[in-house]
Amino acid sequence: MPALADKAPLLSVRDLVVEFPTRRGVLRALDKVSFDIAEGEVLGMVGESGAGKSLTGAAIIGLLEPPGRIASGEVWLRGERIDNLPRERMRRLRGRRIGMVFQDPLTSLNPLYTVARQLIETIRTHMDVSDTEARNRAVGLLDRVGIPAAARRIDDYPHHFSGGMRQRVVIALALAAEPELVIADEPTTALDVSVQAQIIDVLKEICAERGASVMLITHDMGVIAETADRVAVLYAGRLAEIGPVRDVIQRAEHPYTAGLMGSIPTLTQTAERLTQIPGSMPRLDAIPKGCAFNPRCPRVLERCRIERPELIAREGGRQVACWLYDREAQDA
Amino acid sequence: MLTWGPGFTMIAFILRRIVQSVMVMLTVALVAFALFRFVGDPIASMVGQETTLAERAELREVLGLNDPFAIQFGRFVARAATGDFGISYRLQQPVMELILSRLPATLELALVSGVLAFVFGVGFGVYTALRRGNWISGSVMTASLIGVSLPTFLIGVLLIWVFAVELQWLPSFGRGETVYIGDWWRTGLLTESGRASLILPAITLGLYQMTLIMRLVRAEMLEVLRTDYIKFARARGLSNRAVNFGHALKNTLVPVITITGLQMGSIIAFSIITETVFQWPGVGALFIRSVQFVDVPVMAAYLMLIALVFVIINLIVDLLYYAVDPRLRVDRANARH
Amino acid sequence: MTDSTPEKRPGALARAWDSDIAWSFRHSPLAIVAALVSLVIILAAVLAPWIAPHDPFNPASLNLMDGFTPPMEPNAFTGNVYWLGTDNQGRDVFSTILYGARISLFVGFMAVLFAMVLGITLGLIAGYRGGWLDSLLMRVADVQLTFPSILLALLIFGVARGFIPPAYREAMAIWVLIVAIGLSDWVQYARVVRGATMVEKNKEYVQAARVIGAHPAKILVRHILPNVMGPVLVIATIGLALAIIAEATLSFLGVGVPPTQPSLGTLIRIGQGFLFSGEWWILLFPSITLLALALSVNLLGDWLRDALNPRLR
Repeated sequence: MPALADKAPLLSVRDLVVEFPTRRGVLRALDKVSFDIAEGEVLGMVGESGAGKSLTGAAIIGLLEPPGRIASGEVWLRGERIDNLPRERMRRLRGRRIGMVFQDPLTSLNPLYTVARQLIETIRTHMDVSDTEARNRAVGLLDRVGIPAAARRIDDYPHHFSGGMRQRVVIALALAAEPELVIADEPTTALDVSVQAQIIDVLKEICAERGASVMLITHDMGVIAETADRVAVLYAGRLAEIGPVRDVIQRAEHPYTAGLMGSIPTLTQTAERLTQIPGSMPRLDAIPKGCAFNPRCPRVLERCRIERPELIAREGGRQVACWLYDREAQDA
Repeated sequence: MLTWGPGFTMIAFILRRIVQSVMVMLTVALVAFALFRFVGDPIASMVGQETTLAERAELREVLGLNDPFAIQFGRFVARAATGDFGISYRLQQPVMELILSRLPATLELALVSGVLAFVFGVGFGVYTALRRGNWISGSVMTASLIGVSLPTFLIGVLLIWVFAVELQWLPSFGRGETVYIGDWWRTGLLTESGRASLILPAITLGLYQMTLIMRLVRAEMLEVLRTDYIKFARARGLSNRAVNFGHALKNTLVPVITITGLQMGSIIAFSIITETVFQWPGVGALFIRSVQFVDVPVMAAYLMLIALVFVIINLIVDLLYYAVDPRLRVDRANARH
Repeated sequence: MTDSTPEKRPGALARAWDSDIAWSFRHSPLAIVAALVSLVIILAAVLAPWIAPHDPFNPASLNLMDGFTPPMEPNAFTGNVYWLGTDNQGRDVFSTILYGARISLFVGFMAVLFAMVLGITLGLIAGYRGGWLDSLLMRVADVQLTFPSILLALLIFGVARGFIPPAYREAMAIWVLIVAIGLSDWVQYARVVRGATMVEKNKEYVQAARVIGAHPAKILVRHILPNVMGPVLVIATIGLALAIIAEATLSFLGVGVPPTQPSLGTLIRIGQGFLFSGEWWILLFPSITLLALALSVNLLGDWLRDALNPRLR
């Protein structure tokens, strides 16, 4: 049960473990990941590819690809536990309470059906409305996400739209049944740079308007900086650091986060060389003992090689999984 | 600016396809003609032992066998177009007459088998794709492997043994009682014995195609179920039924239609075997006889017939494709953007 | 970082590959059974002259009185017992099956060999030369693929018979059959080899070979063939099952091997004639043998494909 702080969070993930049984043994793709998303908040989720960002999203919405499964941990949505819901109830929750936006708009839409059909089908799955009513809503949604002449274009097929326009359609579909939480999995990665900002703006605006929280999965720190309220950093299936986005970006505490921030070019430090973290993230079957980051860490301690650090609470609502701060905590 | 309506592109598309089809038919006609002209000696096949050399030479001249190749080929095509393939060496009857009288039997058999194969093939394919890993799927998949390995003729023989000889439920050969529809179409579908006679051959002929369609549908369906738009459909909370049948199956059918179309062509060809096993009086059995006796006019005509069937089926498949997949329809919205 | 001594690599990759195949084989009971069944039938066929209790093609050893003896029962007149019974001429069914399988397998293997050599050669040429030759070959392949191979084999068989004088037709029948089946099944080999050739021919070592004056085609052959061994082996295994079935089908239709050299298909054709008179064994045992052979080879091919390419399942 999540701690009852001042305000109960919308989503609460506790000690989530996702495993993949394989021929060579069970791989742990997510290892005791815990975080909250507050009402109306945008949480950025960053990390290298393979760190488990997308898996976290899939686990929350109950769409892990077999043989992947939630081995332990809990997911709470507005005080209701949802990770162990019966299949049919989980299905009804998807789209209705948690929406999802995928990475590639070119492949996210069924090529054989018109946009209208896909929108109306989604609306009518979750809401008891007539066909005409659903269609009106659908046109409204398309209009809202910025599709010109929505009433006309709604009867077009996906291939009639450009990539950016298709991602707007995808957003409209994800929001069709007015979910409380939207999981956006790399929503701009596959898009042209010129339209990325527009799509993020549309997503942010429409969610703010409806009071929906957003879990924004991306590896683009620029997007996070502009959009998110808080940011969570994943490394090798574990949460390294989580906190308000400004603090984490400006004063990263975890050495991995610091390295990650150092590798992002900013306008103010044009002359300096970008720092780079030596080595690469370990494969899931070769995660070192202790802290997963220890072989690459510039500030590694003896303890890091033996004992795994838990999330340690810091001031300003930050948490960091690093032994460096445990000593400080003790000293203070 | 001039806008081309969907009707126009449709017509252009069909026209292009028809031109291609004619090219294919001409190519096959060339093969058939080469067969006709160079396999064995047409004169020797027509006349008796006692014919003199002078008479043979005269006949050769009369038949135009001394003309240039191109002229002979042109004549062959012109006559084939009117359905004139000459006289069967073996039966001494016009080839076209022979084929037409036997065509209904083959077409009825092929049609029933094709429908059986398609319905059960798609059904089992979808089931095994959706219920991967349960024991029914496992047994169906194993059975399908046996189905692929079982030669068609052996299926027929074993079915005869079980259902005709041991159980004596169904007839083992022939078409049963047939009645005429119109002038020349003799059908077995309207009589009870005709329908009973059709069952075993239709199963024999359809089984192999069914297993192929089933395996194809399964593979395609598994592929489609992995796509983003299916994941997205699930993430929107659509019911399993809507996702599996509304979204996945329709996308599966696009490639399946092509292959199934070609399978229908194979069914006509495979009917050679089934017709032999069940002594079914169709064109396939006629063809086998013509191969045994090197009855070239019949072989050539059969080749053309099969090619025609393939071409027609390809045309239908293309049109179906066009109807199912909106991406192929270049319509009004494309000009916008 | 940890080990400065270069690890000895030669053969390591091959060993891993081998062990993976071996692992997959050990863990697939179906593959083991299939391998055993094929092996037993192939061995029995090869050793037929030494194993068979009777020589079904030696008229001197046949006794018409022995005809129609049911399996495992003494003959009413002679008291002879035959495991699988005898046919109308008193030939031991078990022995005819051994000899029949011998012919079926011979035709099957030779047809696959023919198709393989033809397909690989054409594939190499098409892939290396490219241009119009490539387009032509692939065009032919496409057209051929749309027609069922059995129809093609029948047609080739019919045409070949037209060219061969009637007196030689029987003697040539087996070879005609092999060519007909082989010609109807070369396309897949050609496609695989062509694809691999097109990938390899632009690689540096081929360019380098050209520079030092070696004939690039020779190097290509040496490098490509090992690369495509896996897929070719899969195609050949499944092709063997198809060829055996094709031969049986043609023989069953009466356009295959001559009746003096009955294959499994011919035996089934003969057996079908006795179905209604109750001598079921003449039909059943050759049918089972053919089915077991075709199925086990097919299963082996299927397993091999999965084992070599785990992604396709």
